[in-house]
Amino acid sequence: MSVAAIYPWVGILLCTLGLFGFVVHRHLLRRLLAFNILGSGSFLVLVGLAQDGREADPVPQALVLTGIVVAVASTALALVLFRRWYRVSGQASLPEDV
Amino acid sequence: MRRKLAAALLCLLAGLALAWALVDRPEPVVDLPRQAAAALPSSGVDHAVTAVLLDWRSFDTLLEVMVLLVAVLVALALREAQPDSPDRMGLENPLLRGVMSWLLPLMLLVAGYLLWAGAHRPGGAFQAGAVLAAAGVLLRLAGVSLSGFERPWLLRTGLVLGGAVFLTAGTFALFAGRPFLAWPESAAGALILLVEIALTVSIGLALLSLFRLTPPYPDDPGVRKAEAEGDR
Repeated sequence: MSVAAIYPWVGILLCTLGLFGFVVHRHLLRRLLAFNILGSGSFLVLVGLAQDGREADPVPQALVLTGIVVAVASTALALVLFRRWYRVSGQASLPEDV
Repeated sequence: MRRKLAAALLCLLAGLALAWALVDRPEPVVDLPRQAAAALPSSGVDHAVTAVLLDWRSFDTLLEVMVLLVAVLVALALREAQPDSPDRMGLENPLLRGVMSWLLPLMLLVAGYLLWAGAHRPGGAFQAGAVLAAAGVLLRLAGVSLSGFERPWLLRTGLVLGGAVFLTAGTFALFAGRPFLAWPESAAGALILLVEIALTVSIGLALLSLFRLTPPYPDDPGVRKAEAEGDR
């Protein structure tokens, strides 16, 4: 097993941890963080698999770069919505979750 | 406790399923790296990742810019009606102001270099835009007023510039009888550079706007504390 092969495994670990955090936590900020960890894990799997054994594959790298930008945008969007929700309701979690 | 245990079990199962998918994965049928290397000379740039982003899969990048734009639009729609004074964001830190006068030219230089380097090595519009946005955030934290933001038409023009140039360039390919977003081979390099410059401006502005449109609310505990300290 080459050194590069460790990246997809770490990515799977991050995915699992992120999923667990997303399911367990009710606070919206924690859920957002967990969701980002889940996303980072999937990026790591993609990039790690792309350089496994052969020379690095540019296509998954470019896809992950696009994915990172979309993740940044969606995180910012979620933060804006979350701040607004907190401002309106004074709660840090959604009512149907409690 | 029971809920947590059930969640842990579920996530463990999901992780195992992922691990199984990783162990038992099929061999790739298409040799993408070789295809990419073979098609690189006709793409107009020398770096494969940039070629994927702005030539072969430019539709993804176009939609990515639109996603960023939608996020900024929602932030614009949801912002509070409040006077946006730079001193509320300022950290009252003379050191930051002083360092910024050294850092700002360097950051602009790095952003320009990253933009230019994207054609033949890692770099490109998003990285350059992120550095630009970081410079803007630091300026804002240092309490510097960015007067361009006071003019809505200027801000909006900058925000849509990237997407607009991208769409225009892609549509002009249609007039030449090519598919949408397929650059003519002779002008591909120049077109990609043009699109990247416009994208850098828009991405930097979008990221900075997202930071800027969510200032601390007047009744946030952190701001109250800062104001109380200012009074003392």
